[in-house]
Amino acid sequence: MKAISELKLPEDVRYTDDHEWAKKNGNVVRIGISDYAQDQLGDIVFVELPEVGSTFDKGEEFGTVESVKAVSELYMPIGGEVTAINEALADEPERVNSDPYDSGWMMEIKASDPAELEALKSKADYLEMLKG
Amino acid sequence: MKEKMGTTGLIFNEPLLWEKGSPGRKGLSLPRRDVDETSLDESLAGDGPDFPDLSELDVVRHFTKLSQWNFGVDSGMYPLGSCTMKYNPKTNERQASIPGFAGAHPLLPESLSQGALALMHDLQGYLGEITGLPAVTLQPAAGSQGELTGMLIFSAYHKNKGAPRTKVLIPDTAHGTNPASAALCGFKAVPVKSGPDGVLLPETVAELMDEDTAGIMITNPNTLGLFEHNIRKVAAIVHEKGGLVYGDGANMNAVMGIVNIGDIGVDVLHLNLHKTFSTPHGGGGPGAGPVCVTPELEPFLPVPRVVKDGDTYRLDENCPLSVGKVHAFFGNFGILLRAYSYILSLGKHLKEVSQYAVLNANYIKEKLKGHYHLPYDRPCMHECVFTDKRQQEHHVATLDIAKRLMDHGFHPPTIYFPLVVSGAIMIEPTESESKETLDQFIDAMKQIAQEAVDCPDCLHESPQFPKVRRLDETAAARNPCLRG
Repeated sequence: MKAISELKLPEDVRYTDDHEWAKKNGNVVRIGISDYAQDQLGDIVFVELPEVGSTFDKGEEFGTVESVKAVSELYMPIGGEVTAINEALADEPERVNSDPYDSGWMMEIKASDPAELEALKSKADYLEMLKG
Repeated sequence: MKEKMGTTGLIFNEPLLWEKGSPGRKGLSLPRRDVDETSLDESLAGDGPDFPDLSELDVVRHFTKLSQWNFGVDSGMYPLGSCTMKYNPKTNERQASIPGFAGAHPLLPESLSQGALALMHDLQGYLGEITGLPAVTLQPAAGSQGELTGMLIFSAYHKNKGAPRTKVLIPDTAHGTNPASAALCGFKAVPVKSGPDGVLLPETVAELMDEDTAGIMITNPNTLGLFEHNIRKVAAIVHEKGGLVYGDGANMNAVMGIVNIGDIGVDVLHLNLHKTFSTPHGGGGPGAGPVCVTPELEPFLPVPRVVKDGDTYRLDENCPLSVGKVHAFFGNFGILLRAYSYILSLGKHLKEVSQYAVLNANYIKEKLKGHYHLPYDRPCMHECVFTDKRQQEHHVATLDIAKRLMDHGFHPPTIYFPLVVSGAIMIEPTESESKETLDQFIDAMKQIAQEAVDCPDCLHESPQFPKVRRLDETAAARNPCLRG
């Protein structure tokens, strides 16, 4: 597994305590899991995502990610309505491992309260949490 | 024995049965026909199943060779945490093959099934006595089905009170099937974080417990191998809000004859006969997951119930509050029979089973804690949990350690579970293993720890000796091939 110094933690996304990230992308917010999360999980074999149009509150479970080690729940970084999911993950779940912030994104939502995004962790805060 | 147990030998390749045999070859001869030939209704005719044409010897050799690739408790130590892979005494098989039992049919009338009914009645009594929860159903066919039955009982209990509830609390150290069982019954599983010592804190439960929560599902000892010593307080909090306490008895092997489960506040408990009571795990079955409950919950148990009237036994279907049937007929009777044999064989020594199981796990924990990181350093119950934290600096992970154990002739332990411990290595030796075998296992684990420093790649390339080497588990999960 990667040392903390080897982790890719972009500045332009916000992080949660549960290791999801969220990033404003025009009118929508894109969601995925962090490099730390994919590294801890190991090879990802299946990503279960909700249907477009579903609505979730901040902190609610929106799906699961299955690796060779375990099945883990995914939690909403902020509340909102799902506007798109990354269909490519159905056939290529490994994108979450190889490219967690870009082609390994999970879904896009229309935020119910955009201010929630600002309350998430910055790179520095998230890194601090990982260092414990 | 001084040498390492794992070695190489002549291993046979073996094709699929469909690649063997030849058209027209037969495994047996049918008896001469003694009725006249008649024509078959066309609507009943069609192609038969695609079975290969094989001789008896083709089949015997096929399965004998496959068995040589396999590993079981009869071949060596199988310390698969949480699974209680204890030895299954051969006397159980002997009792199960008594013709009166082996030939019994579930549709025989009660008058011709008195022996089988008496056995079930007595087994219910023994399990009630062992757990302290006197009302017992033997019907569920597995631990998971026992959990489902327990959750159906939770649901029926609250409905009967006129106030159905929607949530069930599940600690993060419970067995993974618990939330699934609750969800199948329509409950929302609410996770409960364990405290810093790896056990439940009453205040955490008090915060989450409310009058819309049907109860809590507790695995005790929990999946860290630790006894939930706050269980009485937790049970009182749940009961005060009108909830029930479910005990996942999969880890009963640690506390049999020592803890009265009823006394510590549990209302419903399932047992895994294929764990604690030495019936075979089989190839995933058949198992048995009897459910034991308090007298108050007896009316909700599945039907039919075995009851004794004077000197005769009968089946009672007249239980209007029952959750119904959870299995055809009476459950997996052959498995119940083996558990009954085990209980009678050991008698008062059943308690020693748990004492040795706990002693063996603590022995391994103490001997290995200088070599592997032990996240919770306190006396454990029947299993102990290490991690790969120290080996990680050499880029050796839990998976590599588990794979290397195969080369030493041991089945790998449970890995990456429980989820609350990163890189978990969960070892459950059971009472079956002698001190010599435990020492061999400890020695193998120490050698692997040393190898992690000296030759990490030796571990990455393990196992070296089995029929198949390191399998690509990722490819198997991403692109499973489900056909022969």
